[in-house]
Formats: sequence, C-alpha cells, structure tokens
Amino acid sequence: MSIIEKIESEQLKKEVAAFKVGDTVKVHTRVIEGDKERIQIYSGIVIGRKGTGLNANFTVRRVSYGEGVERVFPLHSPRIAKIEVEREGSVRRSKLNYLRSRKGKSATTVKEKSDRA
Amino acid sequence: MSIGLLGKKLGMTRVYDDKGRSTPATVIAAGGNRILQTKNVEKDGYAAVQIGYDDQKPQRVSKAQTGHFGKTSSTPKRFIREFRLAEGEVAPEAADVAVTVFEAGQFVDVIGQSKGKGFQGVMKKHNFGGQPMSHGSTMHRRNGAIGNRSTPGRVWKNMGMPGHMGDERVTLQNLRILQVRSEEGVLIVSGAVPGAKGSYVIVRPSKKKKAKK
Repeated sequence: MSIIEKIESEQLKKEVAAFKVGDTVKVHTRVIEGDKERIQIYSGIVIGRKGTGLNANFTVRRVSYGEGVERVFPLHSPRIAKIEVEREGSVRRSKLNYLRSRKGKSATTVKEKSDRA
Repeated sequence: MSIGLLGKKLGMTRVYDDKGRSTPATVIAAGGNRILQTKNVEKDGYAAVQIGYDDQKPQRVSKAQTGHFGKTSSTPKRFIREFRLAEGEVAPEAADVAVTVFEAGQFVDVIGQSKGKGFQGVMKKHNFGGQPMSHGSTMHRRNGAIGNRSTPGRVWKNMGMPGHMGDERVTLQNLRILQVRSEEGVLIVSGAVPGAKGSYVIVRPSKKKKAKK
C-alpha cells in the first residue's frame, strides 16, 4: 500500500451508512458555535454521489420555503455525525438533476422502492 | 538559517484537522537524508551542511564521487544539496537527518522544479487578455503592441513575449506542516508544491514566517 493510500485509509470512516441516489436522508452535521458543539439535521433527497475513497461526496437537495437548496457533503468528513435513511427511493439514473426543473410535489418526491425486486 | 531536508513529492491528498476542516495537502517523502560533508569557515570559507537524498546504484557514480560518499561511509546519493548554517550554529552530530527536524505547525519554504509547459503564447504564459475572437477580428491570441514610438524607441525590458514556460526553479514560501510521520519518513505540507510526482524538492524552514508560539 502506498503511503498516500495509507494516509487516506486512516481518515476513512469505519462505518458509512449505506444509502443510494434517490433516498431521502437526514444528515446529522456537527456545528460549532463558539465553544459549544451541537448537531444540526439537514434532510432531503440524495441527488448524486461522486468520487471515491476519501474524496467521496454526495449532494442532498431539499425545497425549503419554496426555494431549492442543495448541499454537498464530503462523505468522510468528521463534521458529519450520522446519516439516516428515512425513505428508500427507486430511481433509474445516477444524478437526479431533473428535480431542479420540477415544481410542486414532483420536485420533492421520487418513487418509493418497492419490495418486488 | 538552519538545516532543512531533501525529499521527493509523492502526490496530493486531503487532511481533516481536529475541527473537521479539510485541507489540501502534499505528501513529501523525506526519509533517509544523510549528511555527506560539513563545511566550516576556516577551511571552506563558509559554514554549511551537505545533505544527500535517495540512493543511487554504485555503478552509476564516478570514482571521484564514490570517494566523496566513502568519506562518510554513505551509500551513493542522487540528490545532493547544501544548507548554509547561520553564524554560531553548529552542524548536527549524527550522520542521519530525520524528518523530526520539522514539527507540525511549523512553516517551511518548498523549492522544486516546476512542470514544463513547452513553448507557450502570451495568454497562457503572462495572462494577457488577447484580442476579440469574433466581430471581424483576425488577431486572436497574439501579444499586440510591444512598445511606444520614437520615445523610448526600444522595447522595455521584461516585456511579456511568447516562449518556453515552466520547468524552472520555483520556491513556495510559508507552507504549513500538517503532519510529520517519522516511521514512514514523510512530511505532509498544506497546499501544492512545485513539480511533478516523483520530482525532488528542497524543504527548508521558512525564511519569513515563524510558527506561533
């Protein structure tokens, strides 16, 4: 193993929540305000995953007060305390950029994953 | 100026600090530095330490060089540089210089040979604006006027012209050391460092910026 791979593998999280594009997730982020640290939850639909290893990140989109908001999180950042999957989605593409041009309910929902495989 | 290290750029990665911030970082292999010669004022006219890095095959080294390496019973080295010692500064006793001469949080200057870009035009080489791509313009990426009229009647010195770009000695100052990993002989420095992966670099204590105490 090269030294760079070793440095990166040390920083990888041991357990990463399994989630896919299309899932609705709650991202628990650590926010530092002054000396205090608290958990802030950001929830939305995962519209893309990108990168491998330590550089992996994912984009979460939500519509907040009528305005679309997208946040990109590094998967292995220590500031992410937990990723909770609220609802699994069933989608046929790897990037859900089409949600950006949708309005109303269709912008915030994707088909739920059915148990029929 | 105190002693620095020679090393090899291994590549870049990212490092998360204790606050969770991600910093782009360059990994420099700097294990196996060895003192080949100590120069002093009486004999050589100046005080310095000559350091070698990276082993070379013995058959690739001339007899004169073999003798020089033999004086300190060192293996032949490929990359040899000197570090000047400040007045009153004493050269280290031990022949091997470990990466622990630096510590995390310290600032260093990194010197390397930048990547060669070949013959380049003025837009890439000197950040000139160029001329319009359209609206009847037939002069697109050229340098334009290079001077005035009969006064001064010549082209100013340092006028940007096309030519060879890159492959030159570049010093980056005040880079922070993020980690010193002594068992692997590796330094992790914040930000980018000149040169391609595998190219040699010189790491010396920063001339301008000192670490906060």
